[in-house]
Amino acid sequence: MSDSPLLALRGINKSFGVAHVLHDVDLSLYAGKVTALVGDNGAGKSTLVKALAGIYPADTGEYLFDGKPVHVHGPKDASALGIEVVYQDLALCENLDIVENMCLGREIRKGPFLDETTMESKAREVLASLSVRTVKSVRQSVSSLSGGQRQTVAIAKSALWNSKVVLLDEPTAALGVAQTAQVLQLVRRLADQGVAVMLISHNLTDVFEVADRITALYLGRVAADVATADVTSRQVVELITTGQSTDLDLPPSSSAATV
Amino acid sequence: MTDIITDAEEAGFASDRTQSNTLGEAARAYVNRVRGGDMGSLPAILGLVVLFIVFGLANDRFLSALNMANLITQAGAIIVLAMGLVMVLLLGDIDLSAGVTGGVAACVMGLMIARHDQPWPVAVLAALVTGAVIGLVIGVLVAKLGIPSFVVTLAFFLGLQGVTLKLIGEGGSVRVDQEVIKGITKNNVPVVWGWVFAALIVVVFALLALRSHRAKVSKGLQHQPLAVVVAQIVVLAVILAVVTAVLSVNRAPNPGFVIEGIPYVLPLVAALLIFWTFVLGRTSYGRHVYAVGGNAEAARRAGINVDAIRISVFMFASSMAALSGIIAASNLGKVSTSSGGSNTLLYAVGAAVIGGTSLFGGKGKARDAVIGGLVIATIANGLGLLDQASYINFIVTGGVLLLAASVDAISRRRRSASGL
Repeated sequence: MSDSPLLALRGINKSFGVAHVLHDVDLSLYAGKVTALVGDNGAGKSTLVKALAGIYPADTGEYLFDGKPVHVHGPKDASALGIEVVYQDLALCENLDIVENMCLGREIRKGPFLDETTMESKAREVLASLSVRTVKSVRQSVSSLSGGQRQTVAIAKSALWNSKVVLLDEPTAALGVAQTAQVLQLVRRLADQGVAVMLISHNLTDVFEVADRITALYLGRVAADVATADVTSRQVVELITTGQSTDLDLPPSSSAATV
Repeated sequence: MTDIITDAEEAGFASDRTQSNTLGEAARAYVNRVRGGDMGSLPAILGLVVLFIVFGLANDRFLSALNMANLITQAGAIIVLAMGLVMVLLLGDIDLSAGVTGGVAACVMGLMIARHDQPWPVAVLAALVTGAVIGLVIGVLVAKLGIPSFVVTLAFFLGLQGVTLKLIGEGGSVRVDQEVIKGITKNNVPVVWGWVFAALIVVVFALLALRSHRAKVSKGLQHQPLAVVVAQIVVLAVILAVVTAVLSVNRAPNPGFVIEGIPYVLPLVAALLIFWTFVLGRTSYGRHVYAVGGNAEAARRAGINVDAIRISVFMFASSMAALSGIIAASNLGKVSTSSGGSNTLLYAVGAAVIGGTSLFGGKGKARDAVIGGLVIATIANGLGLLDQASYINFIVTGGVLLLAASVDAISRRRRSASGL
């Protein structure tokens, strides 16, 4: 595992009118690692995700992909780099089946017609490689799936196109205990395949179970960027609620003491 | 990386049907689907059978070859209009102006031939362009301005009737004498060619179905049992053979004349059915139409240009409406100020919904229009033969539409309850 991040944001600022939402935010996502983005409501998590996905390009700051500066001005630029976002409200069509949903917008064609056999093979391969066994059939309609299964399909969809970075927005928010465990396992397997995963979550149990690193946002600034092993749940709660933790040694660059 | 299974076969989705299952299992799976509320065209097909039995018993002329040919020419315009509406309904929208769009387009065609001496292909093209332009304006208003399609098309329903009045002149009508246009409904395909076309369709369908089945089996993908594929081919062959045989009988009411063969409108409808079935089911454009109807936000996030899909669907629907108007003009022999007005549109919406297209969007097929259109035309035709006052026709058709919409709503509820 290389030490340089696959995707890095350096000194990102973003304002909406007078509201300065992101202040000099640094973020690093590593291939093969799960980075959790935590923070209270209004801390700027969603804005940061949208900046990464190119929906709201940042006002100032650097966007580095694989060490090289890139320009991400729209969702198309992001997906061209291999960055996929799985949104909280699942972006699936209930009237289509699993294969159709996974290939939506990027259908494989043979001449003018859809190449259903290739698409089904591809979807099967991805689901199998992520050891997804919870769905009955890849040709069942999404309306027949449970919340956990839908989340699974949405995550598998993001993994289908050789994506390098996957951003997951609250993937377990609406799920029960067993389903949450399944989705977290899936997140882990996605990272084990070498994908840089960012998990946005309110649930610290989930974060501690699956994340390698934790980035805490507080009022639009990075309060801490630490390895999960180095912090306790209590310290993370402090970082989320106050922006600092009394008994945590933070490197000065990521300090938010000026807030 | 040790526990990652790369071979799809080994992953084994619990009840994935990659193995060819038996005919019995396939039948049971279908019954379960129907019970779960996914009825498709089944109610319409059963309804059609019941209507044929009832009208056949009530009047011995109903099942005659002459009346069957009449039924098909009457159904033609409704079916073509309904096919366009199926696409609009797939998006969860409605086009209340489709009927009068057909009227305006037919009027343009009639005037180009009768008053401007244009050749018929130019006139037909002008009619189709008229339809497409109307669809473009409706689509832009709905997609870009965000006005509900119900309101936009209601406005067009009123406005376009005024346009027809202005074009034709108060109370008048335009005769449609052109041989080719009249021939759509009045002339018949030579008997031999009728059989050749029917055989060709069956052979091509069989080849495509068997080839796709073999490809799925060889790649270990989910597929239907071979028996079901063969059964589909046989059913298609039987339907086409019966229809062709009935229409190949000399149906002239007076001896000395010979009227035999399939009316040209039938191959026209068949060609449109095949075309739209392929477009909706086998192209990414069709897939995107279903996606926008199912969840427009998901479609947008998947990179689909939702506005472009919506505008194009209204354009296609209005062009189909124009074609339907031409067929209706051919059948009537004229275009009048009331062409495409009154119950034309509601018949077509009824046809689509009766055929199994959902009013809630995302579910429907081109063939729904054909099956539903036949049901509507059969009711009108059968009640006409029974010399019933026309008020009965309105009440019965309205009742059937209400029934179909109820079936749609109930099956939708059962689907969400049973998760199918």
